[in-house]
Amino acid sequence: MKQWFNIQVIYALWLREMKRYLRARSRIFGSLGMPFFFLLFLGTGFKNFRPESMPAHIDYLNFLAPGMLAVVLQFGSMFTGMAILWDRQFGFLKEIMVAPVSRVAIVLGRTLGGVTTALLQGFLFIAVALFAGLKLSGFAGFLLTPLFMIFIAGSFVNLGLAIASMMRDMQGFSIVMNFIMVPLLLLSGAMFPIEQFPVWVQWLSYVNPLFYGVDGLRYSLIGMSKFPPFFDAAVLFLFCSGMVGLGAFLFSRSDVD
Amino acid sequence: MQAITTTNLTKRFESLTAVDRVSFEVMQGEIFGLLGPNGAGKTTIIKMLSTLMAPTEGDAAVWGFSIGSARDDVRRSIGMVFQDPAVDDSLTGWENLDFHARMYGMKKDLRTARISEVLALVGLEDKAGLLLKKYSGGMKRRLEIARGLMHYPRVLFLDEPTLGLDPQTRHHIWEYIKMLNQKEHVTVILTTHYMEEADSLCSRIGIIDHGKILVIDTPEALKNAMGNDILTIKAENLEHLMSELAAEPWVQEVKRYDDRLLVSARLGEEKIPVAVETARRIGTVIQAISMRKPTLEDVFLHYTGKTIRDEEDAEGEVPRGRMRKRRGPH
Ligand SMILES: Nc1ncnc2c1ncn2[C@@H]1O[C@H](COP(=O)(O)OP(=O)(O)OP(=O)(O)O)[C@@H](O)[C@H]1O
Ligand SMILES: [Mg+2]
Repeated sequence: MKQWFNIQVIYALWLREMKRYLRARSRIFGSLGMPFFFLLFLGTGFKNFRPESMPAHIDYLNFLAPGMLAVVLQFGSMFTGMAILWDRQFGFLKEIMVAPVSRVAIVLGRTLGGVTTALLQGFLFIAVALFAGLKLSGFAGFLLTPLFMIFIAGSFVNLGLAIASMMRDMQGFSIVMNFIMVPLLLLSGAMFPIEQFPVWVQWLSYVNPLFYGVDGLRYSLIGMSKFPPFFDAAVLFLFCSGMVGLGAFLFSRSDVD
Repeated sequence: MQAITTTNLTKRFESLTAVDRVSFEVMQGEIFGLLGPNGAGKTTIIKMLSTLMAPTEGDAAVWGFSIGSARDDVRRSIGMVFQDPAVDDSLTGWENLDFHARMYGMKKDLRTARISEVLALVGLEDKAGLLLKKYSGGMKRRLEIARGLMHYPRVLFLDEPTLGLDPQTRHHIWEYIKMLNQKEHVTVILTTHYMEEADSLCSRIGIIDHGKILVIDTPEALKNAMGNDILTIKAENLEHLMSELAAEPWVQEVKRYDDRLLVSARLGEEKIPVAVETARRIGTVIQAISMRKPTLEDVFLHYTGKTIRDEEDAEGEVPRGRMRKRRGPH
């Protein structure tokens, strides 16, 4: 019998990811640098940026913070795909693949590890953003934050997994990932309200899953959103499930070296 | 009982046939060696047997389980030491073993006990807490062997276990492998292109070249089959001398190789003067002559027509002229 939900295997992979994460200090702080400086400098520089669609009581830094949190999650999740490529390059993937465990358990373990590290990065970022001037709208909303964070990270971890399963080299992987992630980010409304776009571009935003992620995070952190949070969550959940399926499918078909 | 049986195992990569209808058996408790030059197909065979790669044709069974239809049973029955290092550098030795044990579903008590046990087997107890990036090549190799044994496999695959290690470490690893084979009753199948390794370690050897297994036997039988002794003769008119010697009743076989003749005969010591006499009769001058017992190198040469060094130099595209010079005078 194929035991695809093998807790011990999932835990082993998760534990390894945690150890590797905690031992790579430069990664922890390095990947927080860019979004933090964006938040600080754009937040200050565009202090008076006030499009009609933005409520008057919210300043630009507070508007931007949930968007930058999404960036942290999105790019933090890329590490899992990278890790697959590293493992393949250093032969460790063979050690994993020759074990008598199902490929689905391996994907679940890696996803869990990737989501946890992205989440840790996300919470570090929120702490820093609070220090920079982010004001939370309320405790109840804040409790929803992890939910959206998990969905966003889960989606992008598996996107990375899927793409890493089809690629050989690190450089190609970053190029493809950036080619997908940057447009998604710019269309997500992370930096400015999508009402700034012409209507047809706004439609592109509405089919962009990250848009619902940013919208949901914005609801949770600063209490403003375009759609009801449960709707955002439902769209994200569907997308995330699709990505997990795609990641598992492509990973289980990929070569070990 | 067989630990491994393969029937017409074949792997093709586009136009290249890396493994060509290979059939052999490995008995339980054996140390079986696949001896062959670079690119012979050794790793490809190991990858197919360990379910990491599907064969193009043919089938194989490991510990009675088909590599095609009972992959997980095969995986549970085998331990692997890959040709290239496959460890996590940012974990300690202990953590690498612990990860492995969890992947194989070992319970906590068994896990910790077994980790200490295998670490002791390869003499790494005091390095358990060290990050792998701080291990030397030989230490990593030993850790990988320990890891391969963690989950009590029936069959241990070792792909070039001593590649790139110094002679002293190599001998240590041979000792470990022999001891594990006895203590843990594990069947070992290893690949190598070191004659000495195959000779001193393996109960049986398969010589493989261009994806084909040319012969399988014990090292002793292979060497004995070569005829008792080998005379190496360097002389001026090699062709003539060769045909002359081939006609002599005491000559079992004569082969030309580069600028030498290799003559196999019984009681080689007594045949030296006879060979010198033969040369004088046809008016050619012998420049050098020596006698030795046959080695695996001769066996390899007999079956493949090349020495293992030659093939590897040819792979690296070393011009033959330079190759000879580098080898120095005979
Ligand atoms: N994935 C692959 N794609 C294409 N060709 C391959 C692949 N893997 C191996 N080969 C080819 O198959 C042949 C056998 O390779 P293999 O790695 O099995 O040799 P080997 O006997 O292990 O050699 P070595 O001693 O160098 O490790 C080689 O010619 C190699 O180039
Ligand atoms: Mg090889």
